[in-house]
Amino acid sequence: MTHQEISEKIKLQFPQAIIETKFEGVVDPYVKIIPEQIFEVMLFLHVDENLKFDFLMCLSGIDTGKGNLGVVYNLFSMTHRHKINIKVEVPKEKPEVPSITNVFPAANWHEREAFDLIGIIFTGHPDPRRILMPYDWEGHPLRKDYKTPEFYQGMKIPY
Amino acid sequence: MTDIFETSIKTSTGKALRREEMVINMGPQHPSTHGVLRLEVVADGEIVIDVIPHIGYLHRCFEKHAENMTGYQQVVPYVDRMDYCAAMNMDFGYVLAVEKLLGIQVPERVEYIRVIMAELQRVASHLIAAGTYGLDIGAFTPFLYMFRERERILDLFEMTCGARLLYNYMWVGGVSHDLPPGFIDKAKDFCQYFKPKIKEYNDLLSYNEIFIKRTANVGVLPGDVAIAYGCSGPVLRGSGVDFDLRRDDPYSVYHKFDWKPEIGKGEMGAVGDCWDRYIVRIREMIQSINIVEQALNQIPEGDVATAIPKRIRPNAGDVYVRTESARGELGFYVISDGTAKPFRIKARSPSFVNLSVIPEISRGGMIADLVAIAGSLDIVLGEVDR
Repeated sequence: MTHQEISEKIKLQFPQAIIETKFEGVVDPYVKIIPEQIFEVMLFLHVDENLKFDFLMCLSGIDTGKGNLGVVYNLFSMTHRHKINIKVEVPKEKPEVPSITNVFPAANWHEREAFDLIGIIFTGHPDPRRILMPYDWEGHPLRKDYKTPEFYQGMKIPY
Repeated sequence: MTDIFETSIKTSTGKALRREEMVINMGPQHPSTHGVLRLEVVADGEIVIDVIPHIGYLHRCFEKHAENMTGYQQVVPYVDRMDYCAAMNMDFGYVLAVEKLLGIQVPERVEYIRVIMAELQRVASHLIAAGTYGLDIGAFTPFLYMFRERERILDLFEMTCGARLLYNYMWVGGVSHDLPPGFIDKAKDFCQYFKPKIKEYNDLLSYNEIFIKRTANVGVLPGDVAIAYGCSGPVLRGSGVDFDLRRDDPYSVYHKFDWKPEIGKGEMGAVGDCWDRYIVRIREMIQSINIVEQALNQIPEGDVATAIPKRIRPNAGDVYVRTESARGELGFYVISDGTAKPFRIKARSPSFVNLSVIPEISRGGMIADLVAIAGSLDIVLGEVDR
């Protein structure tokens, strides 16, 4: 199925969910949806017979630099061999996105990484710990306004 | 009602240990974890109840580095250092992503050179994987045999770009050097030399009774679980899923060659056990050599670089490009804001995702099997931690 058809199917099921779709003039077409419904949309994409997205290729957290944080999901269907990119955006003050680990177990570590480096809180995540940085690290390094700390646990960082 | 067998000791995920359970730390410095990986093992005697991987010991925030470089070209050496066993494959994925963002087409000769390098690198990487896997299980000799052949591949790389491990060879828009004179003959010689060696490995290791006893029916990963966890590469194909990005989501010139992906068939036990994952790598080497031979025969003359500006400024936008690295699906999600600096680069490293399945497949096994399972996933910690 093409991106347009997939987007139409989402629209039919969740009339209010889609904020923006872009298929022309971009390298990778995408569908932007509201963060509150991401779990339901993902579940629908996963179980629907004609869509059957079963492979989460990538999940990236991003700092848009304009006061928002975002998550990009790249999905692929092993059965039908089609792709879709889903985007959500949340404000920096309340960066909460429902976790999709229960739909795609692959999202578990990706979401932990996005929490660790960007600071997006995935509500309902089964194991919300840091993954790459030390467990007692403060701050989220990939945010655009991140300042490298001078001290770590009272030790001066010499660079 | 509280469980009277529960103790007040907790694992790092917050689960209380039962009286008969204990926690054993495997790593961070352990020979079979292939780097600095810590596996927190909850064990009941010798039986593994749960495994909690702790990663990040090698974390240097490649993504932050990439954002602070002066240009897209400067990221290439960093990409090299992610998977130091298959640096060419890493370069390949990154430059394809940037080229797709730029919308440029590279000359056909470049595509062929890249495929030759990537496939030779895949052979070299699988040789390390299989050799060290034998080492984990206790077979020392195959490791030496495999490194002997890997040395010849590294000689070919050294001849091409001067480096033996971290190449910085593939650049955006081309490659850094053309093939040196005599390379094609030497590479063809190597292919002829390498083909009979597979039988040696099979005699020494693959069909060795002890090796089969240690790996068959151990760490069985069913195909649907592998897909759900996002596993890719030999780990996915070992589970009997016929999926290879080089064929199913083709990039570069892979569609021009005649080859087929190898999948695990469960010859020694269940489909998706450690032996299947191992044998897929051994058989993939033959396929890679086949591709290299075809590419060497078909390679056209021409330029090895397209004219691109010194400061690359892609249009604002984002792209996700995935390629088949030696360990699986290597994806780069690149966002450009129109300036010369990358706005955000996320690397979807195959080892990171493949490692996340380890708790799932090692529960209920023995602690000694954990060594076999971790080795069969073939992780490179530089790429897991980035």
